[in-house]
Amino acid sequence: MLEGTITLAHGGGGRLAQQLVREVFLPHFGNAELARLNDAAEVLVQSNRLAVSTDSFVVTPHRFPGGDIGSLAVYGTVNDLAMMGARPLCLTAGFIVEEGFELDALAQVAGSMAEAARRAQVPIVAGDTKVVEHGSGDGVFINTTGIGEVVLEPAPAGERAQPGDALVLSGRVGDHGMAVLMARNEFDFRADIVSDCAPLWELVEALAQAQVEVHALRDPTRGGLATVLNEIAGAAQVGMIVQEATVPVSEAVRGACDMLGLDPLYVANEGKLVACVPAQEAQRALRVLRQHELGREAAIIGRVTASGPPGRVILDTAVGGRRVLDLTSGEQLPRIC
Amino acid sequence: MCLAVPAEITEIGENSRAQVSIAGTVREACLDLVPEAKVGDWVLLHAGFAIQVLDAEAAAETLELLREGGVLG
Amino acid sequence: MKFVDEFRDKEVAQTILARIHEAAGRLQKPVRLMEVCGTHTVALFRHGIRALMPEQVRLLSGPGCPVCVTPTAEIDAAISLARQPQTVLATFGDMMRVPGSESTLLKERAAGRQVLVVYSPLDALKAAQKRPDHEVVLFGVGFETTAPLVASTALQAQQRGLRNFSVYSAHKLVPPALAALVAADDVRVDGFICPGHVSTVIGSQPYEFIPRDHGRGCVIAGFEPLDVLEAIWRLLRQIELQSPQVEIAYRRAVRPEGNPEALKRLSQAFVTVDAEWRGLGTIRRSGLEFREELSAHNAKERFDIQTRPVADPPGCLCGEVLRGAREPEDCAHFGTTCTPEQPVGPCMVSSEGTCAAHYRYGEAGRRVEA
Repeated sequence: MLEGTITLAHGGGGRLAQQLVREVFLPHFGNAELARLNDAAEVLVQSNRLAVSTDSFVVTPHRFPGGDIGSLAVYGTVNDLAMMGARPLCLTAGFIVEEGFELDALAQVAGSMAEAARRAQVPIVAGDTKVVEHGSGDGVFINTTGIGEVVLEPAPAGERAQPGDALVLSGRVGDHGMAVLMARNEFDFRADIVSDCAPLWELVEALAQAQVEVHALRDPTRGGLATVLNEIAGAAQVGMIVQEATVPVSEAVRGACDMLGLDPLYVANEGKLVACVPAQEAQRALRVLRQHELGREAAIIGRVTASGPPGRVILDTAVGGRRVLDLTSGEQLPRIC
Repeated sequence: MCLAVPAEITEIGENSRAQVSIAGTVREACLDLVPEAKVGDWVLLHAGFAIQVLDAEAAAETLELLREGGVLG
Repeated sequence: MKFVDEFRDKEVAQTILARIHEAAGRLQKPVRLMEVCGTHTVALFRHGIRALMPEQVRLLSGPGCPVCVTPTAEIDAAISLARQPQTVLATFGDMMRVPGSESTLLKERAAGRQVLVVYSPLDALKAAQKRPDHEVVLFGVGFETTAPLVASTALQAQQRGLRNFSVYSAHKLVPPALAALVAADDVRVDGFICPGHVSTVIGSQPYEFIPRDHGRGCVIAGFEPLDVLEAIWRLLRQIELQSPQVEIAYRRAVRPEGNPEALKRLSQAFVTVDAEWRGLGTIRRSGLEFREELSAHNAKERFDIQTRPVADPPGCLCGEVLRGAREPEDCAHFGTTCTPEQPVGPCMVSSEGTCAAHYRYGEAGRRVEA
């Protein structure tokens, strides 16, 4: 257990900064390239189809059931690469830490990142740390940038979704967002809800190895499933119909959402994907996903259509009704009305 | 104007405080408005308060009427 | 009995729907039914029920959206409270995006003011206990479903001698608004779907005047798909049999006498006062104000809040829309200058506001074809 807190000097580039790298980061991220501690990492890549993605992570609280800001920072970027059909090759990690943050807490974050990186089979090869004055941050912010090798040919893209495509969802929705909300403790509820935070490359790789044709791939993070469906429909200028009854939602998530007046279709996920595949591939895609531990609850939830105004997503409701599944403006807030 | 959900009372404590479960999500609720409520009762939960004890028999009767079709009263 | 899934049964829904269509076919002329309550508006849209209605049945949304009927001046008052030093303004999430004259509570929070979103009034009480050096003010919005909770909370604060907790009451009552509505010339409503949870508190008697004096029926309905469908069916039957009355369809939750304990809390904490409703003007004895004995917890007594009455934005039809006199699509702002991202009036801001519902889910669901 490390003692002490982060001070401005730790970001200063001098002895304390080096000590931070050696004592907090290297032990966890330890790999040969990082240990060289050069200004940049040298990475050997054979492919000429590379994908790059960057993302910053500011979630509070830092820890929540099923993960923390560290694992999120790794999986988030790995998954963005995976949605391009790219295998992750390496990650960088930039930290902005608030003065006064516990060293041990930072070590725990590094530990989570290391474990996530191992699970995702991606090394963290470069990093940076800056320290800001107390009050200027929220403990710690993390940026990760990932480089991947595009394996799927052609690469999935929103605009490639076509009328007739099946919408295949890899599992149940709403777990991550509700786990974080619960951890925030503002609304004081407890439930058997755990973030689904996980690396998605293996699922994508399984589809590729089975030679399933994948037109579009998205992970429904902020804004949830409804948002990414609208994004794909908008990019491809197609319509969509989704069957509400086929979208898996855990009972616990449903109960918590009902209580607070939230809609699970708009709640964030961090370990799910939705794929547009040709109709005749749908059953096969489903089987492939279900064979993987992250895809056990995969389901076909709807289809892409040519009808209606382009970009509009329709929901066939569980009770037999029909409505538009729109984009929300801003974050859902719990309501009493 | 009234988002309220059915919840089952699992524990009752002091000062009209209780624990309720909404399909597995557990929360504290105030029973000030339903002093007669008991553990095992289902209540309507609105903004952290129980506003009524639900009548399971009435619920079952309603469902039966709806299912049967025919004349509704 | 879990009280939820059973009332979302698709097969039973289809059965009731078939009966609605049959009954509609026998109507002499098209009918207009008003769902008084914003939560009903949301339920109808969310479950896609509007799209299933027969041509002859038109559903109108009424003024039962506390967010929509809260006057701009009261939003301004809440904002001015949030701007006081050492003061936390606690509010239900519903109010965060409602535009005041210049700002919203969401914008105030972004600007660094202490605005706390609470799920329960008791969360605001807890906040006051945890921060004795701050004033905590709860923005009390809502009808008879919520007012008893706020009453109970204020009484608990009084019992505990909590000196830094108060409430700004913007609470309103539904029956007086209904009375104003049925008396108005420009609104023709043939039947009312009455708010199930308000009725849990007030019972069925307060609606009696509607069939008795105005010859129109009321069905007190719950919020699950089967509940709303049943209510529509019952209203059509009342119209067909020409026998307007108050019916409790939501029997599992509503007793004719309401909830006496909740009513008691209301009278312990509040007195009835005249209140201004956005779109309906001032309605006599339609608002709730704290009794003398609770002055210590009445934010209007504790703080010097100066606000001016504010006119509705030009061209905004929220008032008429709230009364069911016009539809969102009649408003020039609708969908162009007024959208959920940039709302002009409150009907577009509230998740249950008529305009927001029409915008998000499609006009009466009728634009939604396969």
